[in-house]
Amino acid sequence: MTLSELGWALLRVAIVLGFLLGSLPLIIWFERRAIAWFQDRIGPNRLGPFGLFQPIADAVKLFFKEEIVPAEADRLIWSLAPALSLFPALVAAATIPWGPNRLLTPVADVEIGILYFLAMSSLAAYGVLLAGWSSNNKYSLLGGLRASAQVISYELGMGLALATAILASGSLRMTEMVAVQAEPLWGVVPFLPNWLVFTPWGLVGAALFFVCMLAETNRAPFDLPEAESELVAGYQTEYSSMKFAAFFMGEYMALLTISGIMTTCFLGGYLAPVNWSPLQSLAEGVGGVFVPLAVLTGALAPPFWFLLKLAALVFAFVWVRATLLRLRYDQLMNLGWRVLIPVGLVNLALLTVYLLYGWLPALAGYGLVTVLYVFWSGGRARRVERRQVLLYAEARPYRRQQEVRHG
Amino acid sequence: MAERLFFFLCAFVAISTAVGVVASRNPVRSALLLVLNFFCLAMLYFTLTAQFVGIIQIIVYAGAIMVLFLFVIMLLNLGSPEAQMRERELRRPLAWLLAIGLFLVLVSQVFVVVGGQSQPRVEAGTARVIGYAMFTQWSFPLLIVAVLLTVGVIGSILLARRRSA
Repeated sequence: MTLSELGWALLRVAIVLGFLLGSLPLIIWFERRAIAWFQDRIGPNRLGPFGLFQPIADAVKLFFKEEIVPAEADRLIWSLAPALSLFPALVAAATIPWGPNRLLTPVADVEIGILYFLAMSSLAAYGVLLAGWSSNNKYSLLGGLRASAQVISYELGMGLALATAILASGSLRMTEMVAVQAEPLWGVVPFLPNWLVFTPWGLVGAALFFVCMLAETNRAPFDLPEAESELVAGYQTEYSSMKFAAFFMGEYMALLTISGIMTTCFLGGYLAPVNWSPLQSLAEGVGGVFVPLAVLTGALAPPFWFLLKLAALVFAFVWVRATLLRLRYDQLMNLGWRVLIPVGLVNLALLTVYLLYGWLPALAGYGLVTVLYVFWSGGRARRVERRQVLLYAEARPYRRQQEVRHG
Repeated sequence: MAERLFFFLCAFVAISTAVGVVASRNPVRSALLLVLNFFCLAMLYFTLTAQFVGIIQIIVYAGAIMVLFLFVIMLLNLGSPEAQMRERELRRPLAWLLAIGLFLVLVSQVFVVVGGQSQPRVEAGTARVIGYAMFTQWSFPLLIVAVLLTVGVIGSILLARRRSA
């Protein structure tokens, strides 16, 4: 490795880390303002224009707060846990390309790009799990256990969703996954790119990935590990000061990274929704002022589209949080194991049908599966559902007790 | 040079964490050291250009199996296992014997490699090579393993059902 290669590599790392850390306050501000807008409130608007400086003030406040360590905590693991939740969030974005210039992005264009992301996101469970255990607090432990069970369950669905993307693009390398999506739509519409989400398997895969991505980042409606009302913020209960801030930062950076993965795999990465390149070459042919203009848009447009898609996904995160209620634990597990994984498997099977026999049998398969599902669910709806609440039998003796009447 | 330095760093951390796994009295810390050990092994695979093997090592062992281990340790809330160790005093000589035997076998293999010709670097651990080998030459063993895993899953569900019903 020569010195100039090392320099470029360091620049790539600096760009990604700078973006992740720099957009953090903006996202926190955006989430608070957007939630306020959804709930017909005003939100933080005092500090700076539109309250933009509020996250900085929050960070400063957290920085100067006293740090309290629980008396019975396992000190080493307790202080390791925030770092362990921050580390995967910081490094997981290393293989996401957000422009066509290979000198600037991605940090490492490795052959196993998408698997690298899966590996790093699977390590994210440790921070939460260990934080919950080492705090020596029952709420924290419950939060940590819930988080790890949830992350393990939804990683399978996420893996299936990503497997559709891998199979459809025929590569694990993320830059190639984007390059495949630059081809004409369905092979016939020349001016539109063939984003994966425009195909039936890609649409199902993207929907699957979106649900799993909410669960993986412990966001509403899958935020059981930090349920305020039942677990008093779960695994973070005992954390204060900068260690609490580290968990907070890790959560938001994971949100950004996972949005980047969804953008790259399903939404065409840094590609524009319309293929402008004929227009661009036309401008270069005309000459004069148009040549530098064409070069400039060619360089700036890909990151712009990437960031726009990223922003849309972050908005979707906030939108879901403001709209949906938190799931119950059994609903969470049922959704993961009985809905997402079967859907992902059937989707994958139909994608292989497309790859082997062409699009007509595959579309017929999608139709058949939809019809079968409608009949099956219709038959199930006709049967009366009986639910036995197990807790009732245990609770009955207390109900039988006579009320003591005064007076 | 840098590559050799990286190798020795990873090897040192891997060996010391492996010793730590056995020596630590706290099961949670043992499990964490094992995670670090798996991580270092994955790094060693990367230096051998076996990217796919390395990343699968992290996803499967460090990311999934060890999370499950930790989960179970925390759920059972195991203390230090000294009481169990005293009962098994008798097995100690046997354990030493097996450990030394395994160590000798491994060392002999290392010397075979060190003494012989250094092999030219081949692409043995990439996704393409492994996938091709697995689905052509070794497709029958793959199917057998799939059946075995299915049987295991069904068996565990049956056991869990019987307990609760």
